[in-house]
Amino acid sequence: MIVSSIIMPILTGLTTAMLIFLVASGLTLIFGSLKILNFAHGVFYMLGAYFSFQVVSTFAASPAGFWIGLIVAPLGVAIVGGLIEFFIIRRAYKREHIDQLLLTYSLVLIIGDVTRFLWGVEYKSMSRPEGLDATISVFGAPLASYYLLILFLAPTIALGLHLMLKKTKIGWMIRAATFNYEMASALGINVPRLFLVIFMVGSWLGGLGGALYAPLGSIVYFMHTQVLLESFLVMVIGGVGSFWGAFVGAILFGLLNSFGFQYFPQFSMFFAFVLMAVILVIRPWGLLGQPEG
Amino acid sequence: MKQIIARLESLGFAWWGILILLLALLPLYMSETYVSLFSEILIMALFAMSLNILIGYLGMISFGHAGYFGLGAYSTAILMTKTSISWILAMASAPVVAALGGVVFGFFCVRLTRIYFAMLTFALAQIIYTIAFQWESLTGGDNGIVGVTFPDFLYETNNAYYFILIIVSVCAFFLFLIVNSPFGSTLRAIRENPERAEFVGIKIKAFQLIGFIVAAVFAGIAGALFTFYNGSIFPDYLLWTRSTEALIMCILGGMFFFSGPAVGALVVQWLGTVLSRHTIYWPFILGLTLLLLVLFLRGGIVGFLTEGYSKIKARYHL
Repeated sequence: MIVSSIIMPILTGLTTAMLIFLVASGLTLIFGSLKILNFAHGVFYMLGAYFSFQVVSTFAASPAGFWIGLIVAPLGVAIVGGLIEFFIIRRAYKREHIDQLLLTYSLVLIIGDVTRFLWGVEYKSMSRPEGLDATISVFGAPLASYYLLILFLAPTIALGLHLMLKKTKIGWMIRAATFNYEMASALGINVPRLFLVIFMVGSWLGGLGGALYAPLGSIVYFMHTQVLLESFLVMVIGGVGSFWGAFVGAILFGLLNSFGFQYFPQFSMFFAFVLMAVILVIRPWGLLGQPEG
Repeated sequence: MKQIIARLESLGFAWWGILILLLALLPLYMSETYVSLFSEILIMALFAMSLNILIGYLGMISFGHAGYFGLGAYSTAILMTKTSISWILAMASAPVVAALGGVVFGFFCVRLTRIYFAMLTFALAQIIYTIAFQWESLTGGDNGIVGVTFPDFLYETNNAYYFILIIVSVCAFFLFLIVNSPFGSTLRAIRENPERAEFVGIKIKAFQLIGFIVAAVFAGIAGALFTFYNGSIFPDYLLWTRSTEALIMCILGGMFFFSGPAVGALVVQWLGTVLSRHTIYWPFILGLTLLLLVLFLRGGIVGFLTEGYSKIKARYHL
C-alpha cells in the first residue's frame, strides 16, 4: 500500500523533476548570463528528441544506437543553437526585452514548422536501450530501470556544468561579461565568443533533455510547448535565473505532478500552478531568486 | 460638447468615419466569401487592438492573450448550449467573464515585470487551455462546442457582417477614447519610465492591472464575436500560437499606432487565408515575417508609411 501510494509517486516525480531540471538549467544558464529568455528552448528539447530518434532509426541494427544518439543529438542541437546565436540572437543583446522575446519566439514558429516538414505530423517513438529496458525494484516499488539513468545522469551533468562555470576562470569571465559587457571586452575577454559558447551549452542541455526523454514518450512536432511551460513554472517557483532555484523548483514540480496524478489525474497540472500562484503572492521573485532591481 | 467634437477632430476622427463607411459599403462590391473573410478580419482586429493596450501602451508583452479571447468565446458558447438564456445575454456575459479572468490573472501578472510578465501570461493562458481541454462535461474537451445557434436573421452573411462591424466599431471607438484619455496618457507614462511615473505619484500596479482588465474585456468581446461567427469553439483557439498571432499583428501593423494592430490583422488574416490554400507551412512564413520585422522594420507597416510620408513632405516642402 505504502509502496504504490507513496514510493512510486516519489520515484516517478523525481524522474520528471530531474529531466525538467536538466532542461530548465539550460534555460537558466542562458537567462542568467545573456539576460535572454529563450522561448526557443522547448524547440531545442524537441530537436534533441528528433535527432536521437533519427540516429536510432539509422543504426537500427546496433544496440549502441541509443548511446550514439545520446551523444550526437545534443551536439547537433548545440550546433543549431550556435548558428542561431551567431546569426540572430547576437543582434538582440542590446535591444529591448520585447525584441529579444519576439526574436526567440519567431524561431519557435520557424523551427517548429521545419521539424514538421522534415519528420511529418505522425507521433514517433523509440524503444529503451538494451540493458535499461527492464523493471527493477526500488524499495519494493517497480521502477523502469531507464528512469534510474535519468535520475542520476541528469542532475550529475547539470551540477557538474554549474560547478565548472562557477569555479573556473570561464565562470569568472561569464560573470564579468554579464555584469558589464564593455568592461569585460576592455579587459580582453572575447565576449561575443563567450556568449556564443554559453548559448551553445544552454542549447546542448535542452537537447540532452530531449534525447533522454525520447525513449519515454512520443515525439511530435508540437511537444515543445509543454516542456517550455514546465520549465517556466519551475523557474518562476524556484526564482528566475537561479540554478539552485531551478533544482528546488523542479523537485517540487515533479512531486506535485506525480502525487497530483496519483490522486486527481484530471487536474494533475493544477497543483504546480497553485504553488506558483502562492509563491508569486508571498515571494514574487521565487524561492531562491533575488528581487529585481 | 463642442470641445469634445473639436478634440475628436484633432485626433483625425474623420478618417475613421470614412473607413467605417467604406467597410459598411463592402458587401455591395465584394462577394460573400470576402465579406465573410472581412468579418473574421474585424474580429481579429478587435482582438489585436485589445492586446495592443498591453504591449503598445503599457509596454508589457503578453504571450497569453488568447486566454481571455477564449474565456469570452467559451462563456458565450456554454451559455448558449447549456442554458436557455437569450443570445444577447450570452454574448454580454463574455466581457464580464473575461474581466473576471483579467482581475484574477492580472493580479498575479502585474506583480512581475518585463520578461517575468511574459512568462507568467503564457503559463496562465495555458491553464485556461488545459481547463478547456480537460473539463469535458462543460467544454466538450478536444471536440469543443459545436452548433451554437443564433437567431435566423443573423445567418445571412451580410447581416452577420454588419452585426460584427457595429460591435467592433463601437469597441474600437471606446478603445480610442480610452487610449486618448488622461488614463491612456498615464499608461504611456508608465511605459516610458516606470520609476518617474511612480515618483509623480502614479500607482503603477493599479494602472497596469486596470489596463490588463481593459485588454481582457475587449479580447473577451472578440471571443464572443468569434463564437458567433464560427458557430463553434475549440481549445485550439486558446493556444499560445493564437496569442502570438495577435502579437504579430500588432508588431506588423505597428504597435505604437492606434490603427497599427488593425492594419496588421488585415494583412495577417488575409495572407493567412490566401496562403493556407496553397501551403500548410503558414507558421513558418509568420515566424520569418516576425523575425525580419523585429530585425529590420521595428515600426511596422504604419510606422513605415508614416515615416515615408513625412520624408516626402520634407522633400517637397509640403
